[in-house]
Amino acid sequence: MKLPIFLDNHSTTPMDPRVLEAMLPYFVEKFGNAASRNHAFGWAAEEAVEQARKQIAKLIKADSKEIVFTSGATESDNLALKGVLEMYKEKGTHIITSSTEHRAVLDTAKSLEAKGLATVTYLPVDKHGMVNPQDVQNAITDKTILISIMLANNEIGTINPVQEIGKIAKAKGVLFHCDATQGVGKIPVDVQAMGIDLMSFSAHKLYGPKGVGALYVRKRNPRVRIAAQMDGGGHERGMRSGTLPVPLIAGFGKACEICEQEMTAEAAWLTKMRDRLQTDIMAALEESYLNGHPTSRLPGNLNISFAYVEGESLLMGMKDIALSSGSACTSATLEPSYVLRALGVGTELAHSSIRFGLGRFNSDEEIDYTIKKVIEVVTKLREMSPLYEMAKEGVDLKSVQWAAH
Amino acid sequence: MAYSDKVVDHFNNPRNMGSFKKDEEGVGTGMVGAPECGDVMKLQIKVQNDTIVDAKFKTFGCGSAIASSSLATEWLKGKKIGEAQKIKNTDIVQELNLPPVKIHCSVLAEDAIKAALADYQKKADEQPVDVK
Repeated sequence: MKLPIFLDNHSTTPMDPRVLEAMLPYFVEKFGNAASRNHAFGWAAEEAVEQARKQIAKLIKADSKEIVFTSGATESDNLALKGVLEMYKEKGTHIITSSTEHRAVLDTAKSLEAKGLATVTYLPVDKHGMVNPQDVQNAITDKTILISIMLANNEIGTINPVQEIGKIAKAKGVLFHCDATQGVGKIPVDVQAMGIDLMSFSAHKLYGPKGVGALYVRKRNPRVRIAAQMDGGGHERGMRSGTLPVPLIAGFGKACEICEQEMTAEAAWLTKMRDRLQTDIMAALEESYLNGHPTSRLPGNLNISFAYVEGESLLMGMKDIALSSGSACTSATLEPSYVLRALGVGTELAHSSIRFGLGRFNSDEEIDYTIKKVIEVVTKLREMSPLYEMAKEGVDLKSVQWAAH
Repeated sequence: MAYSDKVVDHFNNPRNMGSFKKDEEGVGTGMVGAPECGDVMKLQIKVQNDTIVDAKFKTFGCGSAIASSSLATEWLKGKKIGEAQKIKNTDIVQELNLPPVKIHCSVLAEDAIKAALADYQKKADEQPVDVK
């Protein structure tokens, strides 16, 4: 076993060597511009792009013509929200989204609001981080043009009832955008069955290269149109100009093909390994709390709050394991995770949260090591914690007058 | 963000971690911070003849907060009350090479020292005076 261990697969994933192999011919040998229609170099590049488009479309049950390449999910989210708002502003300017969306959706929505281009409803989530489809239904007005709800959350892994939301959107004639960055390649996605009109996702979260993503844009029932947000050569059916990064796209395609073939088996063993991590840690450590949905959750996700210890110090104690924390100390804003806060997790428990992200290349041996290390470090830090000491003495921490600073 | 070697050393080998009984004679206790803010420090001193003979801490917080309080106990031991009053957060920042986002940890440590000294003083003033 090699240290450090990578258990932060929600932030990014290592590229699958098979993906790299698929990319290599398109750097030096087949370097053409996919938009060059008049020579063999261009044709070879275009062929690679079209093959990737098919591989990607197959994974999400779409038509290859419905895939628009972007630089990643952030751009896809921006393009979906801004593109729809600009295209359909005569029909309405109201957007419905949720409070636990990724910043790429939330900040885009806020920016549209600030510019006076949209009004936005931010739906709350339940204690497991799930959006209630009934809330979506109730929030729709005659001005609503777009619903943007994520498939699976990047911090807590909770999977939303997207299919029901899609049905509501369809019945009300409102477009439905889904940020599926964490879900595609990990759980089955079917844009038809789920009633999704626009969907963002990215290659580097599914063992592909960084720097390429896609926006699925529905072509029929209804035919969705978006206003381009960059002017240029009119690539991607006029929706996203810019020369296509052929090697990245070839890798994205291969990565999707692998996911399509191996997802079922991979999800099963990841879930088993994740459940073992969860059970062993939570059995050994009192007052550890699961954040996220107990069952409707991404296979590789585990987010736990360890009462009385602060997240960053936990990460520091386990520096040979790459993890992430909802603690304020790890963020630039000094505010703890807004996702955990939206679930109603107290600020102190939000500070104490650790996110484990398991992926394709983790092993049972690494999980054994992690279980041992987490128990050891949490125990050590609790010994050091005045809060743990007070709790053991029977002091109700909520009754203490703290000197907030 | 990379931690300085000194922060890592204090984190891995905390000095004087633990507690005194609060009502023990000569013990002053300072507790500062709040759980919602992500850091709480408890700093205790034991005083004999105006000299801090021992100090202990317990801290809930990030590595820099733990290191700041660990360092504070190291510095307090052997100091006269008057000298202890003069420990500044900037001294801690310098010694531990704390980055700007972690300066609040040093401020908290200074507050904890002041609170422990004030608690000791208050308890000393309340001591019944022997009138024999």
